[in-house]
Amino acid sequence: MELLIKNGAVYDPVNGIKGDKTDIPIKDGKIVASVSSKAAVIDAGGRLVMPGGVDAHSHIAGAKVNVGRIMRPEDTRIGIRPRTKITRPYTGYTVPNVYAMGYRYAQMGYTTVFEAAQAIMKARHTHEELEEIPIIDKGALTLFGSNWPTMDYVREKNMDKLAAYVAWGLLASRGYGIKVVNPGGGEMWGFGKNVTGLDDVVPNFDVTPKDIIVSLMKANEMLGLPHSVHLHCNNLGKPGNYKTTLASMELAKQVKPSRDRQVLHVTHLTFNVWGGTNWGDFESKADEVANYLNSSENITTDMGQLIFGSATTMTADGPVQYANAKLLHAKWANGDVELEDASGVVPIFYVKQVSIHAIMWAMGLELALLTKDPYKVLLTTDHPNGGPFVNYPDVIALLMSNKKRQEEIKTLHEAVHKRTKIPGIERELDFNDIAIMTRAGSAKVLGLLDTKGHLGVGADADIAIYDIKPDQIDPSVEHARIKSAFSSAAYTIKGGEVVVKDGQVVATPAGRTFWVDASVPEQHRNEMLRDIRLKFKNYYSINLANYMVQDAYVTHPNVVKAGAIPVEVN
Amino acid sequence: MAVITDALCPFCGCVCDDITVVTEGNKITDVKHACKLGAAKIMGHHRIKEPMVRDDKKGNFKEVSYDEAIDAAAKVLAGSKRPLLYGWASALCEVHKKGVLLAEELGGIIDNTASVCHGPSTLAVHEKGLPTSTLGQIKNRADVVVFWGCNPVQAHPRHMGRYSVFARGFFSDKGRKGRKIVVVDVRKTDTANIADEYIEVQQGKDYLVISALRAILAGQADVVPAAVGGVPKEQLVKLVDTMKAARFGAVFFGMGLTQSQGRYKNIDNAISLTTELNSFTKVVIMPMRGHYNVTGFGQVCAWETGFASAVDFSRGAPYYNPGETAANDLLYRREVDAALIIAGDAAAHFPANSVRHLAKIPVVQIDPYWNPTTEVANVVIPTAICGIEVEGTAYRMDGVSLRYRKMVEPTHPTDIEILEKITERVREIRGE
Amino acid sequence: MTLKVTLITGRTINQGANLENKTSSDYMDATAYCEVNSKAAGLLGKPGNVRVRTEYGDVIVKLKENNGNPDDIAFIPMGPWANAVVDPDTKGCGMPGFKGIPAEIEATDDRILLMKELIARYK
Repeated sequence: MELLIKNGAVYDPVNGIKGDKTDIPIKDGKIVASVSSKAAVIDAGGRLVMPGGVDAHSHIAGAKVNVGRIMRPEDTRIGIRPRTKITRPYTGYTVPNVYAMGYRYAQMGYTTVFEAAQAIMKARHTHEELEEIPIIDKGALTLFGSNWPTMDYVREKNMDKLAAYVAWGLLASRGYGIKVVNPGGGEMWGFGKNVTGLDDVVPNFDVTPKDIIVSLMKANEMLGLPHSVHLHCNNLGKPGNYKTTLASMELAKQVKPSRDRQVLHVTHLTFNVWGGTNWGDFESKADEVANYLNSSENITTDMGQLIFGSATTMTADGPVQYANAKLLHAKWANGDVELEDASGVVPIFYVKQVSIHAIMWAMGLELALLTKDPYKVLLTTDHPNGGPFVNYPDVIALLMSNKKRQEEIKTLHEAVHKRTKIPGIERELDFNDIAIMTRAGSAKVLGLLDTKGHLGVGADADIAIYDIKPDQIDPSVEHARIKSAFSSAAYTIKGGEVVVKDGQVVATPAGRTFWVDASVPEQHRNEMLRDIRLKFKNYYSINLANYMVQDAYVTHPNVVKAGAIPVEVN
Repeated sequence: MAVITDALCPFCGCVCDDITVVTEGNKITDVKHACKLGAAKIMGHHRIKEPMVRDDKKGNFKEVSYDEAIDAAAKVLAGSKRPLLYGWASALCEVHKKGVLLAEELGGIIDNTASVCHGPSTLAVHEKGLPTSTLGQIKNRADVVVFWGCNPVQAHPRHMGRYSVFARGFFSDKGRKGRKIVVVDVRKTDTANIADEYIEVQQGKDYLVISALRAILAGQADVVPAAVGGVPKEQLVKLVDTMKAARFGAVFFGMGLTQSQGRYKNIDNAISLTTELNSFTKVVIMPMRGHYNVTGFGQVCAWETGFASAVDFSRGAPYYNPGETAANDLLYRREVDAALIIAGDAAAHFPANSVRHLAKIPVVQIDPYWNPTTEVANVVIPTAICGIEVEGTAYRMDGVSLRYRKMVEPTHPTDIEILEKITERVREIRGE
Repeated sequence: MTLKVTLITGRTINQGANLENKTSSDYMDATAYCEVNSKAAGLLGKPGNVRVRTEYGDVIVKLKENNGNPDDIAFIPMGPWANAVVDPDTKGCGMPGFKGIPAEIEATDDRILLMKELIARYK
C-alpha cells in the first residue's frame, strides 16, 4: 500500500525541516525514500504537516482511570456522543471511555500515547484497557519506587538484583519503563504516613527516597532501557517543594545515560515548582527550575499544564490525594496495592479567580517559555490531573501567542501578577518548537526516535496535517485559529492509513503496545526470583503463577529489547 | 490423570488462586483447597445437554440445534423494542465485552447481578468515592477488622483465612492473635461467633448507628442518646476508640447495608465514616463482592460505557440511572419486551413481581444449568462453563484482575461464540 | 398463632453450594426454610412447615430454629421461596427490598411447593 503526501509545509525537527514544502512517501506503513506512480496521493495544499503527536505522560488506562469513571458519572455524562457506523459511543471529559480516549487523541493528530503509571499487580487491568483504546500506539510505565523488592535491593546496595528485578517487573507488567512516584511514600502511605523529603528514612526498609532514585537510575542505565527513570518528585503539592525538585534533579549528575537521551525525566512540574511556605505566600518558582534546566544537559521535564475547568486528579501519590480531598471537601478514592504503591483519585475544578489556580496556570507556561531548549520541556497536562488532553491545542496557542496569554491573564486572579513571571514573558514559540515539545522531544525522551516523532525514512507513517498554512498565519494574532486547527486535524495518518479526515474518525485500526524485554545474567535473575518467591509465599495475596501479565493481554505487541551493560558512574 | 495447581476458583469474589484440580480424561475428579462453594461448582452439576425452544412457557421444550436456537434468540432480540440483557456475573470479561456491544447494537439495556447485590455501593461511590486497598494490604497490615452486615463464614468461607482474620503477613505475623475482629449485624451469625466483639443492631437502623459513630468520632458524643438502633452508647464509644487506636483498620460490608432500609445511603455513611477515620489512622473499606466476576462486569462496562451497570442504549449512547434503568426497575414498570438472561439467574433472585413480568415476555437464557430462569424461558442455549472450561479474565473483590486457565476442554460452545453468532444474526435480520 | 417478625433474606453456604443445582431437593432443602429462634418457634407451636406472609405474597417453607436470631428476626435464604414475599420496590435506586420486610408467620399443614411449581405460579 503506497501513499504520497504532497505539498505539505513540513515541520520535522529531527531532520531539520522547518516548514519546507516536502513530499512524504509512504509504503506499507513506513516512510520510505520514494513511491511509485501508483501511489494514492494526498495534496496537503501547503498546510502544516507534522509527525503524529507523541504523548509521554497521560493517565489513559488502568485501575485509577476506571475508578475515576465509576466515581464520576457526572463526568461521563458531559462527553457523550452516540455510536456511528465507524465509532462506538464516546463518553466523558476528564475520564473518557476507552473509545473516546483513542478517537479524541487521533482527532488532534496524536498517534502515540504512554500511560504514565501502572502497578505490576494491576498491570493486567491496564493492558485490558489499552487493548480497547483504538488507533493509537501505546505503552505503560511501571511503578518501582516504593516496591518492597526495590527497597530491599536498594538497602542491600545490590544493583545486580535491582536490575534483575526491574527487568523482571517490566516483563511481568509488559511495561515500557521505570516510573517512580513519591519514592518511599507509597510504602509509608500503607499506614497513612508519608516521606517529607529526599533524606527521610522509610521505616522497616531503611532506605531514603534519594537512595531509591539514584539506584533506579543506575539500574535503568545498566539495562540500557530506551526511556530514562521517569520521576514524580516527593513533596508534590506542598508550597516550597521546588527545593525538593531541584535536589532531585541534582541526583541526575550521579549517573551517566547509556543512550543519547536524558538520564532523568521529571514530570508534571506544574505541581512541583512551588515556592512560598504556605498558601498565603505561595508563588511560582518555575523560573528557578528553568534556570537549572538551562545549564543542565541530562534532564528533561514536562509541563503538567493546568487547564481551567473540570479535572480529575489521579496519581500513585496516595498522601497527596488524601490531602487534596480534605482540602477540597471532595469525594476520595484510594487504592493502595500490596508491596507496590499507593493511589488516589479526587475530582477538582480549577477556577480562574482562585489565586492558587491562577499561579499554577502560570507555572507550566513559565517553565516552557523560560527554558531555552524545547527538547527539555514536553507539552503535557498530566491528563487528567492538570486538565484533559483535549485541551492541548489551547496550550499550544498559549505558547505561540503572548497576546492570548495576556488576554487570559486579564481574567485571572491578580496573584498571577505578583506571584509569577508570566505576565512579563514575551517569548512566543514557533511551529518548530511545538513540533519538538509534542513530537520530536517526546519521542527522544521515550527512546523511540527510530520510529516515532520524525518523518525521515524508516519512521512509522504516523502523520498529522492541520488546516493552517504556516507561512500565511501569524500565530500570535490568530491564536484562535491555531487552537481550532490543532483540535481537529485535517488528516491523521496512522501507519500509513488515514484514520481521521476533517476532524472525524474514518477508520479505527488497532494500535500496538510497546513494552521492554530486558535481559540480565541468568544468575542475577535466579537470585532475584528466589527472593520474589518468598515475597509471594509470605506476603502477596495471590500466587506467583498468576501474577505476570500473559500474552493474551497484549495482542499487538511491539517488543523493545534491552539488556545489562556496564554503567558509567561519576 | 492431570494435576493442575494454582488454579482459580470461579465462585465468589475471593477468587482464591491456590486451588488444585485433578482431572482424568476430560473430567474433574478432585478439588483441593477450595471451600464448599468452590468445590461444588468445580466438581460440577447436571448440565443442560442441548439447546431448547418453546413458544408456550407452560409447555415442554423441544430440543433444537445450536443454529436454530441462535436464530430463535436473534429473532426475539431483533424484534424487540426494549430488550434487557441481564446477568453476566458468572461469565468472564471477554464475554462482557460482547454483551455490551450487543446491547449497544440493539439499543437495549444491559445490567448485571450487582443490581441485586452491590449496585447501591456503586451509587455511594458516586457520592463519596472509596478509600480502599488490595486484600494483601489487609493481610499484611490490618490489626482491626470490622465485618458489617456480611457473613463471610457462609458467603466467603476462605476470606478470613486468606486475607482478613487468620492470615499472617509482614506486619501481622501474629495472625488472628494480633487482630481485633468486630462483627456488626442484626443477628448472631457464624461470623459473629468468631468475633472478639459482636454488636447487634436493630434491623434497618445501620444508618443511625453509623451516624452516631461519626458524631462520636467528631467529638460530639454528647448528642448521642443512651442507645442508638438498639446499640448501647458505651459500645459505640468503644468501637470508635478501637478504630482510632488501630494501626490499620479494615471495614468489610455486605448485603446487610445494601439491601436494608437506606440502601446506598448506608454505604455512603460507612464510606464517610471511613474517610473521617483517616484523620486519625489508616482505615480502608471494601464491599464483599459475592457473585464470581460481578466486579469484572463493572470494570468492563465502566471502561467501555463510562458507567458500571444499568446502561440503557436506547438513545444510541449510554444512559445510566439506577432507579430507572436497573433490571428490577424496568421489570417493575413492565417496560421491557424481551430479555436475554446470561450467566445469572434472574428468576431465582428477583422478586416475584419481576419474575411475573419475565414470564410474560420472550426470554432467551444462556446458561449451563437448568434453573428458575429456564422455567420462564422460551429459548435456552447451554454453554461452556467460564473459568473451568473457558479461559479468560475475572476481577477479585478488590479490583485485582486474574486470568483463568482451562481445567478441562469445553463440551459446549462458549458464551462468546454464541453471543457473536446472535449478534451476526441480529444484524442480518435488521438488514445491516 | 400469628408471629409478627421482620424478615431478612440472604446467603448461606448450602444455598451457595447448590447455586448450579437448583432443580434438586438439596437446593430446596437449602433455601425453602425460615429460621427463627427457639422462643419464637415455641410460640408457633414448633410446626414442621409455616406460611410466611407479607404485603407482597405468601410462601410455605420449613421452619428451622437458630438461636442467633433475636426474637423478632426471621431469616429465609435467598432464592425463589424468599422472593415470593420480598418487596419489589427499589426505592428509586434499583435495589429491591430483600431485607427488613414486615412479615407474619403461621403454622401450616400445607406442603412446600417445588421450585418448578413455585415459578409456574407466575406464568
